Amino acid sequence: MAKLKLAVYWGAACGGCDVSILDLHEKILKIGELADIVLWPLAADPKYSDIEAMEDKTIDLCLFNGAVRNSENLEIAELLRRKSKILVSLGSCACFGGIPGLGNLFNKKEIFNSVYLDREFNANEEQIVPKAKVTVPEGELTLPEFYNTVSSLEQVVDVDYFIPGCPPPPDLLWKAIEAIVSGNLPPKGSVIAGDKALCHECPRKREGRKVKEFKRLVDVILDEEICILEQGVVCNGPATRGGCGARCVRANIPCRGCFGPIEDALDQGTQLLSAIASTIDSDNPEEIKKITDQLADPAGTFYRFSLPVSMLKRRKEEGEE
Amino acid sequence: MSKKKDFEPLIVGFLCNWCSYTGADLAGTARIKYPTSIKIVRVMCTGMVDPSYVVKAFKEGADGVLISGCHPGECHYVEGNVKTMRREPLLANLLEQLGIERERFKLMWASASEGEKFAKAVQEMTDILKPMGPLNLGGGKKIG
Ligand code: SF4
Ligand code: SF4
Ligand code: FES
Repeated sequence: MAKLKLAVYWGAACGGCDVSILDLHEKILKIGELADIVLWPLAADPKYSDIEAMEDKTIDLCLFNGAVRNSENLEIAELLRRKSKILVSLGSCACFGGIPGLGNLFNKKEIFNSVYLDREFNANEEQIVPKAKVTVPEGELTLPEFYNTVSSLEQVVDVDYFIPGCPPPPDLLWKAIEAIVSGNLPPKGSVIAGDKALCHECPRKREGRKVKEFKRLVDVILDEEICILEQGVVCNGPATRGGCGARCVRANIPCRGCFGPIEDALDQGTQLLSAIASTIDSDNPEEIKKITDQLADPAGTFYRFSLPVSMLKRRKEEGEE
Repeated sequence: MSKKKDFEPLIVGFLCNWCSYTGADLAGTARIKYPTSIKIVRVMCTGMVDPSYVVKAFKEGADGVLISGCHPGECHYVEGNVKTMRREPLLANLLEQLGIERERFKLMWASASEGEKFAKAVQEMTDILKPMGPLNLGGGKKIG
């Protein structure tokens, strides 16, 4: 059998998804037997021009991780889509925008100010910020353009399969690779994960306790057997797709929501909001308000990984049409 | 400026069938005047107004969203309105982070006989929203 051609790419990502591929451990050798790596910026050295020179659909499988934050991410997403038979959205950033997607609570100007200008640690007297184009005596220099809004991979190109997770668990990744290699393809658009809420696979006891106070994880020592939400700490399990094996809650850490919205759910954040609000132990509007205000960052908490694929996608922009 | 003056806000009202909807109806039959700015969605109980409905209303062009239901203790499904009451401040905080001002989202109670109270609240909300101008929520450009 001819070897498969495999591409791995990162858009706006932290590198964790690439590491999760390496976390296949000895199975990675099997990938080496099955496939030639035609692109993998983290681990191999081919160039974009090599990919451009290929005929369309030459690559059998492309694992694309990371969100679309700049024009390079977009350009390579489009290129790899053209050149690949199967394009997999790997990890929460590619699938839902992920942590970089929280940038959608701000805009480009605010982000640049914060990163390059306003902070005490920025020794930037000339107030230099990256520009997509700059002319120097030697000619014109270009950089990818930083977008105002982060998008998921599927919002810019057609995607065949989704493997969520921050990072994606290696066993799900392997399941997907095996299915693809053996030709046992799941229906297009499948999410390689569970289809019910994480709470369904969570081993913790739920007794319907309500809470008078929301606490941050750093302020409590969590009981290991009782539902975390019932202990007054936000757990994203009720509005998050299962399939990860409840790895965080088993490690006594609340679910952060990295598997994204549940199958067919419109919006992870508002769904989680309902679940969290229903645990408030009060019928008194003032007290409810007081308890609510203990949650300092509801948007960042409830949409931690999925703001770009949420109903509103981003914070309202002034002067928006 | 003149543009803002002419601006008629669009308010989407989720009204409980058992109380506020009847109240609004009553206001209509009693010819109590209230602004035409409100578009009413009749629901069986405010408890079923999922926060995503509110977000969706804004996304589809509402300048304000008003939820009105039975007074606490009078919900026909016992606790539906209390559920809404627990969600309201959290949803308001979330909306503010997404750029939707606090004034644009309101929860109130009005019984079937309080048509006048309801009409007054709609008028008040309209008066507050008018100078704020349209929300113009585009959901962000597709990319860029
Ligand atoms: S809320 Fe969290 S801790 Fe509670 S059952 Fe769901 S996943 Fe488990
Ligand atoms: S428990 Fe939640 S945050 Fe942790 S891996 Fe599973 S889905 Fe992700
Ligand atoms: S029935 Fe009116 S608010 Fe529940």
